[in-house]
Amino acid sequence: MSEKHNIIPVWFFVGVLFLVYGVLIFGSGLAEWSHPPNTVLADLHAPVWWGALLIVLGVVYCGAFRPRQ
Amino acid sequence: MTAILGMLETGHLVRLSAVDLAIVIFYFALVLGIGFYLKRFAKTGEDFFLAGREMTAWVAGLAFVSANLGSLELLGWAGNAYQYGILAAHWYWIGAIPAMVFLGLVMMPFYYISKTHSVPGYLQLRYGSAASGLSAVTFAIMTILMSGVNMYAMAVVMKVVLGWDINFSMWVSSLTVGVYVAAGGLFSAIFNEVLQFFLIWFGALLIPILGLYETGGWKGMVARIQQNFPGQDFTHMWGPMHSFSSNPMGIHWTGIVFGLAAVQSMGYWTTDFLVVQRVLSAKDIRSAKMAPIIGSFFKMAVPLIVILPGLLGLAVLPMHLVPGSQVQPGQHSYDEVLPLMLVRYCGPGLLGLGVTALVAGFMAGMAGNVSAFATVWTYDIYRPFIKKNAPDQHYVAMGRWCTIIGLFVSIGTAYLAMKFASLMDYVQALFGFFIAPLFGTVLLGMLWKRVTKAAGFLGLLAGTLTSITLFFLMKSSPHWVAIFALSPEAKGLAQAMYQSLWSCTTCVVITILVTLVTKPRPDEELRGLVYSLTDVAKEEHASLFHKPVFWGTAALAALVILQIIFR
Repeated sequence: MSEKHNIIPVWFFVGVLFLVYGVLIFGSGLAEWSHPPNTVLADLHAPVWWGALLIVLGVVYCGAFRPRQ
Repeated sequence: MTAILGMLETGHLVRLSAVDLAIVIFYFALVLGIGFYLKRFAKTGEDFFLAGREMTAWVAGLAFVSANLGSLELLGWAGNAYQYGILAAHWYWIGAIPAMVFLGLVMMPFYYISKTHSVPGYLQLRYGSAASGLSAVTFAIMTILMSGVNMYAMAVVMKVVLGWDINFSMWVSSLTVGVYVAAGGLFSAIFNEVLQFFLIWFGALLIPILGLYETGGWKGMVARIQQNFPGQDFTHMWGPMHSFSSNPMGIHWTGIVFGLAAVQSMGYWTTDFLVVQRVLSAKDIRSAKMAPIIGSFFKMAVPLIVILPGLLGLAVLPMHLVPGSQVQPGQHSYDEVLPLMLVRYCGPGLLGLGVTALVAGFMAGMAGNVSAFATVWTYDIYRPFIKKNAPDQHYVAMGRWCTIIGLFVSIGTAYLAMKFASLMDYVQALFGFFIAPLFGTVLLGMLWKRVTKAAGFLGLLAGTLTSITLFFLMKSSPHWVAIFALSPEAKGLAQAMYQSLWSCTTCVVITILVTLVTKPRPDEELRGLVYSLTDVAKEEHASLFHKPVFWGTAALAALVILQIIFR
């Protein structure tokens, strides 16, 4: 992205965001698996699969855009 | 704005768990960390005000659409979708896509080749100080007032949704924004806009996914809406617009096509410096042309997370929402539909993600306003009129200082808005006064070399005065609404569209008339500024998929298909 300044690409920070949020949400989803919250469609356990998606995207972005020498 | 204030009566909707708070706090820590990391790269004026002109088409394009995608807009348009149905999608489709493609293919070459730093900067080169000064002063005032009004509106939303103290919300978020923008300049603002873009999508996308699952798809949703609201059409975009009285917006299709698409949206997307600044930061002319076109595809998709939740609210919410001015205890306003849908489907973790997306949206909007204000103040007011020929470092320091000062002025405006609710409506109206005539002035200047300096200034002034006059006339009596908006039944949104149309028309007519009786500038002074005197590099050697015109055409084709599907 920034050849002149050699800045870490913004996509790496996007990956960090996805990874951290993915872990938090996935973990929260697992913790409440047997006692889901009082929301509509709680039986679908959306935090688990949405958190997993965020983790996968986070790993991909962090890996692909990690700072290089 | 009345709807926003009405939300204060209803009590807060959401309780955040520990994991939700962790998500919110991590976001604040990340944006501050990014700001401090980028500070070392924002050394020169070009770095601080234009991110070094190094952004790729994708980064500039995402920042371009994200700068517009503020949380107030998300909440407000989801509320409009609940109130008016899919008609609200016009502001995302015909009211945005043609203008974004036009900016990329027609206007960006002139903005970019002229090496201007801002839209008033282009006016300075093309028309001289009078037009540039008028545009710069009005933009600076408008932007900083809008920042304050949005800041207050955000604080109200945070109080209603989360129960946060209004002062706490305003000070914590504005100081965070002030620190990271003052540190990293436009680099920081753009980085955080890209983050915000992804946050908003991943925070809000679950609502339409789970909502359509609950209703059994689009047809199931439409059936439920018809059951809940018999006799009303919420899911057709063009059919109900054959007359002013056949739709709840009070809009005729001519207002949408000629007022919204041809003038209002063109004015905003091609001359509002807050969004154009993101494209000016592109690394080369091809990236500058592609950025708005890339943005147009994402803008086209935004109704998925804004309009569709509003429609789903009509189908699944157990209560009917009401206008903000009519909220009674226990009721909710239209503008609360998005938080209500968030709470309906999202438990701990996902709720934090959604709330952080809203907070991020507000903060990115504030960052956009202060970074644009800092650029226009420093380069278009301070440097030409107050201190010329200072070293570059002096202007960078001025940029950092006026970011902080501008922020405090915004906070002051927010407190004023707290005291005087009608101030918010007038500040938003201010925006509409200047944008449409500015489009006429900039476009004529780019396409016709004959337009003179005097014509540029007088046309802009005449268009602006027309806009202000029409606004107050239509506010004073339905008699004027019938004349200028073509029907006494035309409501606020429709009136604004016709106001844009007439003010832009006045600007163009006056510009042409004054041009014909004044002396044109010599061609040598206009090279790189006007169509007939500018060499824009052709792209014969580029493959079809690398040509901006291919992708611009694809965006317009997708727009037409959407209009046919949802007619």
